[in-house]
Amino acid sequence: MDIIELKKIAKRIRLSTMQMLEKAGTGHPGGALSMVEILVTLYFEKMNIKPHEPNWKYRDRLILSKGHGNPSYYAVLSEKGYFAKEKLSTLRQYGSILQGHPDMNTTPGVDMSTGSLGQGLSIGCGMAIAAHMQHEKFRVYVIVGDGELDEGQNWEALMSAVKYKLDNLTLIVDYNKLQINGSNEDVMGIAPLDKKFAAFNWNVIRINGHDFRDIRNALEMACSTSGRPTVIIADTIKGKGISFMENNPIWHGKIPDRVQFEKIFRELEGDI
Amino acid sequence: MPKAMRDVFGETLCELKENPKIVVLDADLGSATRALKFKDVCPERFLDIGIAEQNMVGIAAGLSTCDMIPIATTFSVFITGRAFDQVRNTVAHGNLNVKLVGTHNGVCVGYDGATHEAVEDIALMRSVPNMVVLVPADAKETEMAIKAAIAYKGPVYLRISRIAVPDIHGDDYKFCIGKGEVLRDGTDVAIISTGIMTSRAIEAAEILLKDGVHASVVNICSIKPIDRKLIVEVAKRTKRIVTVEEHTIIGGLGSAVSEILSVEWPVPIRFVGINDEFGTSGAPEVLLEKYKLTAKDIIRAVKSF
Ligand SMILES: Cc1ncc(C[n+]2csc(CCOP(=O)(O)OP(=O)(O)O)c2C)c(N)n1
Ligand SMILES: [Mg+2]
Repeated sequence: MDIIELKKIAKRIRLSTMQMLEKAGTGHPGGALSMVEILVTLYFEKMNIKPHEPNWKYRDRLILSKGHGNPSYYAVLSEKGYFAKEKLSTLRQYGSILQGHPDMNTTPGVDMSTGSLGQGLSIGCGMAIAAHMQHEKFRVYVIVGDGELDEGQNWEALMSAVKYKLDNLTLIVDYNKLQINGSNEDVMGIAPLDKKFAAFNWNVIRINGHDFRDIRNALEMACSTSGRPTVIIADTIKGKGISFMENNPIWHGKIPDRVQFEKIFRELEGDI
Repeated sequence: MPKAMRDVFGETLCELKENPKIVVLDADLGSATRALKFKDVCPERFLDIGIAEQNMVGIAAGLSTCDMIPIATTFSVFITGRAFDQVRNTVAHGNLNVKLVGTHNGVCVGYDGATHEAVEDIALMRSVPNMVVLVPADAKETEMAIKAAIAYKGPVYLRISRIAVPDIHGDDYKFCIGKGEVLRDGTDVAIISTGIMTSRAIEAAEILLKDGVHASVVNICSIKPIDRKLIVEVAKRTKRIVTVEEHTIIGGLGSAVSEILSVEWPVPIRFVGINDEFGTSGAPEVLLEKYKLTAKDIIRAVKSF
């Protein structure tokens, strides 16, 4: 797809994301905004999917392990046609198909329920192992947060993916440098990420996670790497696209007030 | 000589290899759980995950969504405890077709002591929505419960003892998830038991008969879903219930029975089980004595009415 086209979609996704959060009055803006370009590239360019047959057996799978980031994920799924756009305004409400965290049993297109951090990569390994056992070609993508990497289960799964030579598995780290209590490095310290993944024998690619060309190339390289899994460390900005939210940890799970929303929509709509 | 239930588990797994969807996962305890038997006959669908139970349950979850039937195996304390969040949030909430098998549980684990003796695993698994909980009482029921778990689509926790108990069931025994079973009929009291305690309940009923007490013995392998109808029926008939389990009395079979009867047909109940304590090291038989899990203890409970 044309990069200009992808950029337009990303803008629409950011706008939908903030509209959903305004309506819901609850949710997590920061981490939803940092992974927009990643999701858009995956769903609009890379993944082999059939939105009108969400459970198609041979589809590529995506696990949003950082499930709290789901508003932008839901916006992308509806933009792809998995469900009607009107549903977006029901986010987090009673009876909605759009639960507070991704739910595979209520939302068409969601391949795995998440919310308890640290589990997605193991699940992705299971899917990728199944593909190998069945001699199928589908690919598995897992998006994790950087703070999420504090969870030890990730590091168990990193070893499994190498052991089972899961070259059909791609891990994407939304490396926005922030988690709830502040910067990753102040909270626990996950750096140096590239060296850690390399020491675990993964194929490591580092990119600008807001640059469509970078993302596209990295995904391409992941596909053409055989015999081992690839991790894409995507440098991103938490709150990306909204000036006063960028790089500020307070916007992890906070909803702007009315005046702030006006400013947000001026910025985002002005862009479109 | 009856077979140890974990040996039956290993043998049944080998039989199941003909089903191309079955994948067995092990967390470095396959020699003890007997899961390694499957590796001998079907290495291509055996996954050595290493000492990483949370990862094992996650991998099982992923496999299940791609049309495989994963059987994740280790000791009960690790699969229900160490990986509880993975079981709750991923397997059970997703209603995934994952089979969780714990082969070492209760004080019959023996010499390994408290850290290895799950006494609360039934309570944990029973409390989670969507989870089916099966606790077989002898070799034949173990085989049937495994097969029923595979035939059922959804999450199942199977609590399989490491030890052997006397055979209760014949070769023609049919097991059905959700159904209990009356092993003996008597109208004075009903002993409702599960797992390795069922053969002890039968032993107790035989001794009681000599004293002129006619006890029913009801075996409950399917702790969840539980056979409400049968439990209410025997309560109506016997008016007194004793529940028996090698598990803490908090949240296990006794609790499940009480939850039903207190609403539908209140009768006095006595609980034979572990009394809110951890296990300890020792020979299984010694520990069953210490934790008051013998026929004698069942008889004492019956006579306390
Ligand atoms: C196991 C678990 N512990 C805690 C939480 C609460 N929680 C939700 S988001 C979050 C911070 C995540 O930070 P990061 O992974 O960096 O995500 P991002 O910055 O992309 O939003 C925490 C601690 C959780 N959902 N799961
Ligand atoms: Mg972060």
